[in-house]
Amino acid sequence: MPVAASAIYFLNLRGDVLINRLYRDDVGGNMVDAFRMHIMQTKELGTCPVRQIGGCSFFYMRISNVYIVIVVSSNANVACAFKFVVEAVALFKSYFGGAFDEDAIRNNFVLIYELLDEIMDFGYPQNLSPEILKLYITQEGVRSPFSSKASNAQTAYPSDKPVPNATLQVTGAVGWRREGLVYKKNEVFLDIVESVNLLMSSKGWCWLWKLFLLMYALYNINHLVIAGSVLRCDVTGKILMKCFLSGMPDLKLGLNDKIGLEKESQLKSRPPKSGKTIELDDVTFHQCVNLTRFNSEKTVSFVPPDGEFELMKYRITEGVNLPFRVLPTIKELGRTRMEVNVKVKSVFGAKMFALGVVIKIPVPKQTAKTSFQVTSGRAKYQAAIDCLVWKIRKFPGQTEPTLSAEVELISTMAEKKSWTRPPIQMEFQVPMFTASGLRVRFLKVWEKSGYNTVEWVRYITKAGSYEIRC
Amino acid sequence: MAPPLVTLLSAELEIQYVSLRNINLIVQKRPTIIAHEIKVFFCKYNDPIYVKMEKLEIMIKLASDRNIDQVLLEFKEYATEVDVDFVRRAVRAIGRCAIKYESIISTLSESLDTLDEPEANASMIWIVGEYAERIDNADELLKSFLESFPEEPPQVQLQLLTATVKLFLKKPTEGLQQMIQVALNNATVETDNPDLCDRTYIYWHLLSTDPEACESFYLKTFVDPMWWVFPVNPASLFRSAKDVVLAEKPVISDNSNQLDTSLLDELRANIATLSSVYDKPPDAFVTRAKTASQRTEDDDCPGGYEKGYSANVARQPSLAQVMPALASLVPDLLNYRIGLENNAIIPADEPTMPSGPPLPILLPAYTGQGLQISAQLAQQDGQIFYSLMFENNSQITLDGFLIQFNKNSFGLAAAGPLQVSLLAPAAAARTLLPMVLFQNMSPGPPSSLLQVAVKNNQQPVWYFNDKILLHVFFTEDGRMERTSFLEVRSLFHIALVYCGTKLSKPYIMKDHTAERSSSMSFWSVIAETTMDRLAASNVFFTAKRKHANQDAWYFSAKIPRGIPFLIELTTVIGSPGVKCATKTPNPELAPLFFEAIETLLKI
Repeated sequence: MPVAASAIYFLNLRGDVLINRLYRDDVGGNMVDAFRMHIMQTKELGTCPVRQIGGCSFFYMRISNVYIVIVVSSNANVACAFKFVVEAVALFKSYFGGAFDEDAIRNNFVLIYELLDEIMDFGYPQNLSPEILKLYITQEGVRSPFSSKASNAQTAYPSDKPVPNATLQVTGAVGWRREGLVYKKNEVFLDIVESVNLLMSSKGWCWLWKLFLLMYALYNINHLVIAGSVLRCDVTGKILMKCFLSGMPDLKLGLNDKIGLEKESQLKSRPPKSGKTIELDDVTFHQCVNLTRFNSEKTVSFVPPDGEFELMKYRITEGVNLPFRVLPTIKELGRTRMEVNVKVKSVFGAKMFALGVVIKIPVPKQTAKTSFQVTSGRAKYQAAIDCLVWKIRKFPGQTEPTLSAEVELISTMAEKKSWTRPPIQMEFQVPMFTASGLRVRFLKVWEKSGYNTVEWVRYITKAGSYEIRC
Repeated sequence: MAPPLVTLLSAELEIQYVSLRNINLIVQKRPTIIAHEIKVFFCKYNDPIYVKMEKLEIMIKLASDRNIDQVLLEFKEYATEVDVDFVRRAVRAIGRCAIKYESIISTLSESLDTLDEPEANASMIWIVGEYAERIDNADELLKSFLESFPEEPPQVQLQLLTATVKLFLKKPTEGLQQMIQVALNNATVETDNPDLCDRTYIYWHLLSTDPEACESFYLKTFVDPMWWVFPVNPASLFRSAKDVVLAEKPVISDNSNQLDTSLLDELRANIATLSSVYDKPPDAFVTRAKTASQRTEDDDCPGGYEKGYSANVARQPSLAQVMPALASLVPDLLNYRIGLENNAIIPADEPTMPSGPPLPILLPAYTGQGLQISAQLAQQDGQIFYSLMFENNSQITLDGFLIQFNKNSFGLAAAGPLQVSLLAPAAAARTLLPMVLFQNMSPGPPSSLLQVAVKNNQQPVWYFNDKILLHVFFTEDGRMERTSFLEVRSLFHIALVYCGTKLSKPYIMKDHTAERSSSMSFWSVIAETTMDRLAASNVFFTAKRKHANQDAWYFSAKIPRGIPFLIELTTVIGSPGVKCATKTPNPELAPLFFEAIETLLKI
């Protein structure tokens, strides 16, 4: 397996090195200067995340106001390197309590060095699981006073407990869980978090120039341009768990996914229950899930790690329930006026409601004046992003508020080019709703001592990239 | 395989980018696995430019009859975006898709009226002419344009003229005769554009001399204006108008961003690595590590060996030895040190290489899960052998080797079983497999391709290709005396086809060129060494002839079934190349033959 990194650098936006760690000596220590010279200070920045300068390759990512740069000189595994960075940032965040930025790095130099030593060895990524690392690197991150996240100091491991043997922990049969845990109250929290990605096509003919007319005439596809159709739509979901269970419990999770249900009815020779079943396109499990049992019985059974972890990730493309429909009409009345009408329909149950709904309706750069009428929430024009931003804090199901706005434009002779009409974007959170229709049917916990557990299940659907072209 | 690939597209942008680069490589090999997922590659508005460009590239590759509507519609959407580079790429993408699918042309006619740009009109008219047989009302369309011929801009006039002539040649009807007359007249009389006049004269000439086009055609009654332009014999200019006007156009193929297959295979072996992102094989961008690494290699430091690895990526054998050790090392992360100890042992018990000249590697260890096969056809004492070498770089003992040859032009097949029984890790075995000819002949023109399949009990079946070099077939009875040489030549007088090639590089004389200049023929020097070698390969010298400043050498060779090759090698004094010509009753073998001679001379 090729290496992932020879050196890692953390730079701020100016290009100062905040922290760095060399893992292999096949790259020089001054390589970061090349990065600064040839990438950061040029227009190249942001055009491609993988660059070669001289004999070295640079992979970089920007996370808030920090650039994380990996330098290699061999045929490294890029995918692995980027994944490493993503996981490392998640790890740092869990140590710092939320934020990862220049300040957080400056406040935690020692901790970061310690972590960097642990998570990569000679260019090969090692264990990056926060839950396990927190057993051995017990230093707590310095939280910025502005960090809003509540302290999660109530960890399962008070620091006075003996630190368990690291090798045994990782090489043992159940590497992710320590033996002999005791909780007074045995609780399991299960969160199903889904994000809906949507791309809707435009409603009608846009302005086209001659070439396109010609091309379209050639392919005779006028008939396909119909009122806003879904171009692509999918749900990426994850099941997050928080376990506070004693001993070595064995958990079994039942979902209403098609394959699992079919298998179950087959085993119990009982006709499949009616009701909605869903088809998971692609599933990724945490390492604790017993894959042989998943393959044979299609059930998710596992011995959970202690504390918080991501049990599985999945993706669904069929039968997605879109929580919102957006019906925009944008009319350009001459060169100086525009009329914007947007209707947003919530199509989930009337008893439910969405939170933090934000609808961003793009308007041309030369917008001078706007006036609104909204039936719910608040709207304003934000010149910085050239959008009308309509916010609705609490959005009940089965309602359809509308926004109608009049936009006045400065007529400029220079801007003859037609406005390109970026898509309308939407943000929201709908608690107790899953766009995929996924439900937890059961969560069983077995433990030798046979204690009782309390299980909590939450559902939430968020907007991923929810775009409606107009 | 599709679902996990699609899932990668919802990861972080940088990971998406790497995934897209790799999907691009996979799609070039197997477009079907992800063909119905094309929608996931639709660009989001906020995607960074590097992700958008890659998505566009994949969409072009995945475009098919089934989804072309959707894809074009999507490209249209991108063509209105802000980023100029991206827009340009999107417009080009439309063009590239158009090259792929020219099938739905007949419906374009409705849009003709709506166009008012001269370029657009000219292109449309060209399309009408080019695809006249698929457009029912092509004549009406052109007619309406011909009415306004004098007012049209020159580029439209030119296209109109060409289109009319094409249409006439495709469906010569009464109405068209009038049309073409109008067009020709207009274009010569009513215009002062010299380009237009010239083109018209040429068409006119072509039409009037073409018996097929003008059988009952009044054009003959015209004074062909060509005669006074070019006073030449009409017979010498005679060429069918169809041949000229409707000449087959070169197919516009879209090879941009297509990688060559061998490179693609290598890149796919390097999936997820830098190599797949750069589209370059690893040794093209990995520079040798600094000298410092040599030092560390001697140290006890575990890194030393690793460093050697990164420096030697290009060198096959050492890589092959290290790879399995690395593979075992990486998964058990905490046993890292133990893994390295094993690793350090490996160079000590390096496999003892069976002797013999090196054979070309046909199945590299990285494609063969550690099994490396090198092989070559060879002849020994008149018997053809397949000389094979197996090297086991994997961690397991391999046994139960079997070999199978696909049908090939010479019907090569194994005459006996493979004499390799068991191959321990890090061991190598060399064997000679006797071969027979004319066993499983493949039909069709002769090709040098030899497809081989090798199987063992532990691994999947490995397929690889080898090249058949004709000279291994040359038989010992190929010698011909001068008389019989001439006899054969006259015997096959008609059947023999003369094929010539110039061997571009001065392979044999490259050492001699400098010191022996024009005073001595190269061949007199070469003769002693080359002649023996050629004779050893059953290419026999017959005669030599000297011209003014060139020497001709005649040889003969024969392949099984008594097919003779009469060979003439010509050298010109003072110039380094050799020209090779051959006469044979089987001219289709000539390319293979030249390849063989080239190899023989090159050795």
